[in-house]
Amino acid sequence: MNLTTKYMGLVLKNPIVASASPLSESVGGIRRLEEAGAAAVVLFSLFEEQLQLEATALEQHLEEGTESFAEALTYFPKVGDYRVGPEQYLELLHQASQQVQIPIIGSLNGISSKGWIEYARKRQDAGAQGIELNLYYIPTDPKMSALAVEKHKVEVVQAVKAAVTVPVAVKLSPYFTSMASLARKLKRAGADALVLFNRFYQPDFDIEELTVSPTLHLSTAEEIRLPLCWIAILRGQLRISLAATTGVETSAEVVKYLLAGADVVMTTSALLRHGPGHIATLLSGLQQWMEAKEYKSVKQMRGAMSQKNVADPAAFERANYIKILEKYKQEYSLKA
Amino acid sequence: MKRPIAIMDGNEAAAYVAHKTNEVCAIYPITPSSPMGELSDEWSSLGKQNLWGTVPLVVELQSEGGVSGAVHGALQTGALTTTFTASQGLLLMIPNMYKIAGELTATVFHVTARSLACQAVSIFGDHSDVMACRATGFAFLCSASVQEAMDMALVAQAATLEARVPFLHFFDGFRTSHEVQKIILLSDAEIRALIDDELVLAHRARSMNPEQPVLRGSTQNPDVYFQCRETVNAFYDRTPDIVQRAMDQLAQVSGRAYHLFDYAGAPDAERVVVLMGSGAEAALEAVEFLQAQGEKVGVLRVHLFRPFAARHFLAALPKTLKALAVLDRTKEPGAAGEPLYQDVLTVLGEAQQNGALPFAARPRVIGGRYGLSSKEFTPGMVKAVFDELAKHQPKNHFTVGINDDVTHTSLSCDPHFITESDQVTRAMFFGLGADGTVGANKNTIKIIGQETDLFTQGYFVYDSKKSGSRTVSHLRFGPDPIRSTYLVQAANFIGCHQFNFLEKTDVLKFAAPGAVFLLNSPYSLDETWARLPRKVQQQVIDKQLKFYVIDAYQVAQATGMGTRINTIMQTCFFAISGVLPKDEAIEKIKGTIKKTYGRKGEDVVRKNYEAVDQTLANLHEWKVPAQATSRLEMPLPVSAAAPDYVRNVLARIMADEGDELPVSAMPVDGTFPTGTTQWEKRNVSLSVPAWDAKTCIQCGACALVCPHACIRMKTVPAAALTLAPQGFASAPVKGKDQADQRYILQIAVEDCTGCALCIQSCPAKHKEHVSLRAINMTDKDPLLARERANFSFFLGLPENDRTTLDMTSVRDVQFLQPLFEFSGACGGCGETPYVKIVSQLFGDRMIVANATGCSSIYGGNLPTTPWATNKDGRGPSWSNSLFEDNAEFGFGFSLTIKKHREFAGELLKQLAGDVGETLVSEILGACQQSEAELQQQRQRVAALKDKLAANRKPAARNLLSICDHLVKRSVWIMGGDGWAYDIGYGGLDHVLASGADVNVLVLDTEVYSNTGGQMSKATPLGAVAKFAAGGKRMNKKDLSMLAIGYGSVYVAKVAFGANPRQTLRALTEADAYHGPSLIIAYSHCIAHGYDLVNGLRQQKLAVDSGHWPLFRYNPDLKQHGQNPLVLDSKKPTVPLQDYIYNEMRYKMLTHSQPEAAKLLLAQGQAFVNERWALYEKMAAATPAAGG
Repeated sequence: MNLTTKYMGLVLKNPIVASASPLSESVGGIRRLEEAGAAAVVLFSLFEEQLQLEATALEQHLEEGTESFAEALTYFPKVGDYRVGPEQYLELLHQASQQVQIPIIGSLNGISSKGWIEYARKRQDAGAQGIELNLYYIPTDPKMSALAVEKHKVEVVQAVKAAVTVPVAVKLSPYFTSMASLARKLKRAGADALVLFNRFYQPDFDIEELTVSPTLHLSTAEEIRLPLCWIAILRGQLRISLAATTGVETSAEVVKYLLAGADVVMTTSALLRHGPGHIATLLSGLQQWMEAKEYKSVKQMRGAMSQKNVADPAAFERANYIKILEKYKQEYSLKA
Repeated sequence: MKRPIAIMDGNEAAAYVAHKTNEVCAIYPITPSSPMGELSDEWSSLGKQNLWGTVPLVVELQSEGGVSGAVHGALQTGALTTTFTASQGLLLMIPNMYKIAGELTATVFHVTARSLACQAVSIFGDHSDVMACRATGFAFLCSASVQEAMDMALVAQAATLEARVPFLHFFDGFRTSHEVQKIILLSDAEIRALIDDELVLAHRARSMNPEQPVLRGSTQNPDVYFQCRETVNAFYDRTPDIVQRAMDQLAQVSGRAYHLFDYAGAPDAERVVVLMGSGAEAALEAVEFLQAQGEKVGVLRVHLFRPFAARHFLAALPKTLKALAVLDRTKEPGAAGEPLYQDVLTVLGEAQQNGALPFAARPRVIGGRYGLSSKEFTPGMVKAVFDELAKHQPKNHFTVGINDDVTHTSLSCDPHFITESDQVTRAMFFGLGADGTVGANKNTIKIIGQETDLFTQGYFVYDSKKSGSRTVSHLRFGPDPIRSTYLVQAANFIGCHQFNFLEKTDVLKFAAPGAVFLLNSPYSLDETWARLPRKVQQQVIDKQLKFYVIDAYQVAQATGMGTRINTIMQTCFFAISGVLPKDEAIEKIKGTIKKTYGRKGEDVVRKNYEAVDQTLANLHEWKVPAQATSRLEMPLPVSAAAPDYVRNVLARIMADEGDELPVSAMPVDGTFPTGTTQWEKRNVSLSVPAWDAKTCIQCGACALVCPHACIRMKTVPAAALTLAPQGFASAPVKGKDQADQRYILQIAVEDCTGCALCIQSCPAKHKEHVSLRAINMTDKDPLLARERANFSFFLGLPENDRTTLDMTSVRDVQFLQPLFEFSGACGGCGETPYVKIVSQLFGDRMIVANATGCSSIYGGNLPTTPWATNKDGRGPSWSNSLFEDNAEFGFGFSLTIKKHREFAGELLKQLAGDVGETLVSEILGACQQSEAELQQQRQRVAALKDKLAANRKPAARNLLSICDHLVKRSVWIMGGDGWAYDIGYGGLDHVLASGADVNVLVLDTEVYSNTGGQMSKATPLGAVAKFAAGGKRMNKKDLSMLAIGYGSVYVAKVAFGANPRQTLRALTEADAYHGPSLIIAYSHCIAHGYDLVNGLRQQKLAVDSGHWPLFRYNPDLKQHGQNPLVLDSKKPTVPLQDYIYNEMRYKMLTHSQPEAAKLLLAQGQAFVNERWALYEKMAAATPAAGG
């Protein structure tokens, strides 16, 4: 049985990739992911704002109050060698790429073109075999058109592609008027892969304190349908690597994503819940399914149920919507 | 061969040699010597080796007394050992110095000579400390400049090894220790050439060693002690020649020649001054100037003061000498003369007696004092001394540099005698501590010093406030070595980095004609000129200044630099001054930026680069008009309503005219009036809080947390507001039966530092805009005039009746008048809210012993002091003794109280017939717990005084003098953790064990804050501090448990930001407890490395994480069969890392040593868990019956 797959030019031993999470915050953690069977690791995300903030905070807080009062011209010892965010990250990337066999993909969350390019190039230099751009951006400005949002994303991809030689993946949110069209534009801009989808972290309200509170909950298998749908739609239409992420809880989701057309399946929440060893469980589940269904390779599976290949392509379109509504009406009118 | 140059200050120069030539450095922080220890620690932590290829061990002790013991021990066991200290620290070493010298032990103590605490503490320079050690048997070698600090450090080290006499190498605190100069660095080979390894081996061979055991330190009797004492004579006799040989060797390798006494001036001089230290440089400058005018004058600069080498001294003086003035930078009240003067007289007298006087006639000798506490010593003052020497009957025992209008010792000086050379660029920069001016100037000195052949000098003057503090930088650049050891007197470049200084400071007073004046102004070019005070305009016109303007804050904002304008103003200086070609200068600035900020991230570097580029485009020259048009006058420093003393004396200090105050203006015994900060309206913040009466729930939280007592609360009858100014805000009082009462929350906007802690404390939210609270920051300017009038009106409203208030209610306590207000503490200070609360609760009957440290600086540094009085004139009486003795000092207060209460009781009984039995029994039987009871007792004592007033019986007069003690007093012993955990712990422990009725408030910032962040035993595990650059590896000392161990001490741990009510309960219980009480108060601090606006949040996290559990241990509870320990906080709910990693003191270790940080975090969490389990167990235990 051949589990190998190809993801944005990288040949991977199987289709399971550990995506950005705290599990990849140390070399030891990355090594444990490799040992558990991960075919590649996306290093945890560094946010450009966070990097800038950290560097600025360090500078500001170490200098606060200095050279103001004759008895205390400084408040902290000079430390010969210390590193702020990006340097530590690059050091981790470098160490990990030396110590593990599997490819390490550097992840970057940016806002400015300059930041994207600078940090992407540094990741490549430190040993990243691919870059994942996390284009998480909420356009809150009513004057900003959908076209402008898309244009900005395309420009970022072009700029990063021009700056690095390793393949570049783009992680997207699902909320675009024309997802397929944007995917095409990004491919044209040079993207080697699309990672579908980023999850939104909408804040909640604390009605006791009257504050807006950030929330984070791990994804569940229920949530796979949106990416599953879009992978199935895009596979066969665009010659670009596709990575599925969100909701990979059991091997069933892995199988579904591969059938829809994903080249790799990324998982975080399940690993955080069950530990890195869960990768082995996913892989053996995949193998058992392939055996039972007599699939010889992942390649054979990939896209077998994409929109192009299913018997009823309309299932992915408006016809499916109507079908569901009809079914719903029947069920509830009977109960009523 | 071109010798390597370096830009450094005197501390670094001396430490450079000390670190290379020693194996052990034992230190304790004290200004101005602390940087020597810190640098040594830094170098050792970076693995820098000494001459013998090993990294010196640097250790911090608990006090200088401890240091001297450790040094003695390390020396006795053979290690090359040194220390660095000053002032009181040196005094604490004296006992061991006698031992070290008595045992002929080779060592060098490097001392930044500093004033001693007499009528007041001063951190500045003079030789009082050094002179107090004259009898110890140490040799004294003095450096006058930064270069000498390096050279003499080596000479001392070389000489001590050979002579076996220990050396005290000293240089002037601040003037030399902190002056930045371009010097020639001693190479390792040059140092090696002077240090003889055979002597090092001999030093080790004398050490204690069980392989060849000896006994040293015996006890001797009358039969032999005397003879033993005389055995050392030969060693002292040899020492001067040994020192001179070391100097000669240094000259051989470095080309810099020194002598025990260096003479300069006319070879046929008739008038000579003798002095040592940095003043000798200014004297030399004056002598060269006068000599060029044909005057027969000279200066003898003393390097080796002890042993005093008479032969060398006489040989160094010109044979033509007729009159000699000996200048001492110290004062010995009651002595026949100051030390150097006396030595000189003795030498001349003996020479005359022996017929060995090398002069035609015995010269006339006069002695004088100069430069105490870094008082300026200028060539003009040197000339005054020469002028005096020329008189037929010159004044002896004179002073120079002050106006002594009481005993008339002072010489008058010509302020226009200025010897500044035109070849020298002299620049002055006025900045705020927070704007980075000093840092930028230090960079400028480095650039010019390293990139050109020019010599450089930088000296920086700081004020004594910790918020909104002003800095003045004095820079000189010239082709010859700069000997001007005094502030710039005629500047040809003046940079004013804050526009509002122009209203408060005479910035252009020292501008030379034709100088450049660079102003950072938030206004357009035209508007800037129009907004200058008339005096400034006139000065610009009269002195024909070239006037340049830049809006540096706008450039900083636009380039992401926030409020840091350092790089921008530095660029302006280079662009205008022409010290370096402009393009070259810009390139160098960028190079320095890369070097300075490179490791802090590329973004920081990029922003600085952008700022440099934008500066040039925004710098403009203003064509100065011929006429001054401004009508703005510089406002008076204080209100005309201020008391005479404030207007006539303190206001002049505020206006930088303190140097001109005569002796008669000063108190004779260091006593000053309290409550004077109210007159110093500093207006340091552009944004201030504004109250929203409608949203307010009247909880008092904002007033409680305000570090500067700028938020005040009162309730008054509505009728009291009839004459309120327009816009005076009030609200109906919330609560029952208060219908006719109005609630007022008033803000003293002129005294606010803008820390915004109040906003963070406010629990109320605006209904429609939840981002707003009941108190919100707003621009000050538009509401300044209104709020000034409102605050004045507010102060005139009646105070709330203390007897109606609950002293454990956060809200009620805010109605008590703070008797500690508007201190100079940092914006957002975590200590002062406690001090203020204590003053509200007990201020009218409180006496304070304050350990030296932050609290003694913001509590008692001139010009104005924050301890205040109420309408009856009562308030805290405050004093600072020393750093190490504070608990004992306060204990002394309690002894007087105990004795005088007892004596007063005895006298009362004796005088019962005179004053009435009823009054006597009421006074003696009074319970004084509640405010009402205290007021009744005050009335009784007032009645007693009335009855005693006319009574002439000795007993009555005695009773009258002590009857104030019959009203209960509250003794508060306050200080920081450096005092309580380290230097003062022995005394504190004894006082707690004594059972005395005192209250100890430890303001625990977990680090030596006042001296710049050195580790104390209160520093927590894993926190980075000076001397713990790799994170502290030991747990914080649990001071509370040590005190609880006695079972008879009231102990509480409090954090006002986490539970203010618990803080109030602890303070009131402590006061009520008849015995010693110890309150350990969590105090967030600038040395923790985060924006203090989050101080309250961090306090809460400290408690919730279990780092700072809250509890009260009240021994009285045992009498009621209850457990004395009450836990006031819950089991930790927050992981330790969620608290500590918000603070740079912990966070920076994750950057420098991530693995160690992880380990220390795990250990820290385990410690927190263990400790909580222990506390919980203790609090749950059933107490033994009967306590």
